Amino acid sequence: MLTKRIIACMDVRDGQVVKGVQFQQLRHAGDPAALAERYNVEGIDEVVVLDITATLESRQALARTISAVAHRIFLPLTVGGGIRKEDDAAAAIDAGADKVSLNTAALSNPTLITTLARRYGSQAVIVAIDAKRRGNGFAVYVRSGTSDAARDAVEWAREAESRGAGEILLTSMDRDGTRSGFDCEMTAAVANAVNIPVIASGGAGDLEHFYDVFTHGRADAALAASIFHYDDTSVSELKKYLNARSIPIRMC
Amino acid sequence: MIALIDYGAGNLTSVRKALTALGADFATPARPEECARFSAVIVPGVGNFAATSALVGPWRDTIAESVRRGTPLLGICLGMQWLFEGSDEAPEVPGLGVLEGRVTRLRGDAETGLKIPHVGWNALDFRGTGRILAGLGPYPHVYFTHSYAAPVTDACVAATTHGETFAAVVERGNVFGVQFHPEKSSDAGLQIIRNFLDLTRSLSTSARHAEAEC
Repeated sequence: MLTKRIIACMDVRDGQVVKGVQFQQLRHAGDPAALAERYNVEGIDEVVVLDITATLESRQALARTISAVAHRIFLPLTVGGGIRKEDDAAAAIDAGADKVSLNTAALSNPTLITTLARRYGSQAVIVAIDAKRRGNGFAVYVRSGTSDAARDAVEWAREAESRGAGEILLTSMDRDGTRSGFDCEMTAAVANAVNIPVIASGGAGDLEHFYDVFTHGRADAALAASIFHYDDTSVSELKKYLNARSIPIRMC
Repeated sequence: MIALIDYGAGNLTSVRKALTALGADFATPARPEECARFSAVIVPGVGNFAATSALVGPWRDTIAESVRRGTPLLGICLGMQWLFEGSDEAPEVPGLGVLEGRVTRLRGDAETGLKIPHVGWNALDFRGTGRILAGLGPYPHVYFTHSYAAPVTDACVAATTHGETFAAVVERGNVFGVQFHPEKSSDAGLQIIRNFLDLTRSLSTSARHAEAEC
């Protein structure tokens, strides 16, 4: 049986892992390669590296970070943040990424999804959607959550799938960094609308939140950052808990 | 020295990295005729079966000849599918055909949330004793990402179920194949690659002995 995936996300700036609350107030959390290796030992299923600055200088630093992480762990590795054109994706993949995550660029230039899916396969293309609740829907934001894209998350996820995306990474901006739980309603709305895996993100605070998003939220995978970085919750503890509650999980 | 075949289907970085970590001696031959001097062949690959059309012709002939001579061959993901006769994904492109059967599309089920592609960690259910699976505990989890799969035949030494049951690991003589990505499957995956490297040493020794006897 296909297991539910637990994914650790590392927001990286200048080669260091940082984590903010609701997209701001950054704190340092350490060396990406060392952190990735710790997660691997604890049984993480996948790792995401997000370049949160995405300036020209940081792109070269990012390639070094990807390469350092890829040499330490033998797990699927996704890279996102500032991937605007085909060359950016190629550089990340050449450095050792298995998948790239597109956000702003996917909305402003949706053909990029198709171009990359043709070149590397759909399995290598994740479309990341940052969304907030608005009325009965879920409003999509771009540019690190600063700009209203005037799109609904469910409708945009469907389009991304039709253009060749292999997975959707859905982040609740309302919950991001708050540790108050994933937005299960939003996750389920998107998961029910597409036939590709949906990764839920934003709001992980305790073990039960993961159980909720895998059941009520219908998520295929759950992503978290801060709760793993600061030793509050270990990946192995989380997996034991989910396994005991009959969620299919890869136990190491 | 292992020949890692680069035919443009996906990125080889992670396979290279895993082979390097395990101390394997490998190179990427630029031309098919160079294959003859290698002790084993790995055909990786991600993406559409149509990509294997790059192997039709001299590459396919040379690899088929290597297999006949007893050279160990490992197909990974698309490379494993290529070991079969062909795939519904690109019916006009012939596979290597060293294993009988055709690759078909997995059937998802939107009602039950069974999604295609099959992406993520799933368990290997052993069938018989695969040499390539030596040292693994029962039902190890490995990382899959694919939409098409090969049938369970006599060559299948481990099957996986995602709605339907398909061949996750095949082996027959000196031919081995894995549908998942061992280079992305943490310790279990590395153990499988290590087994192939060990088998390469023992199989090429016995192939040399057989040749000396002829």
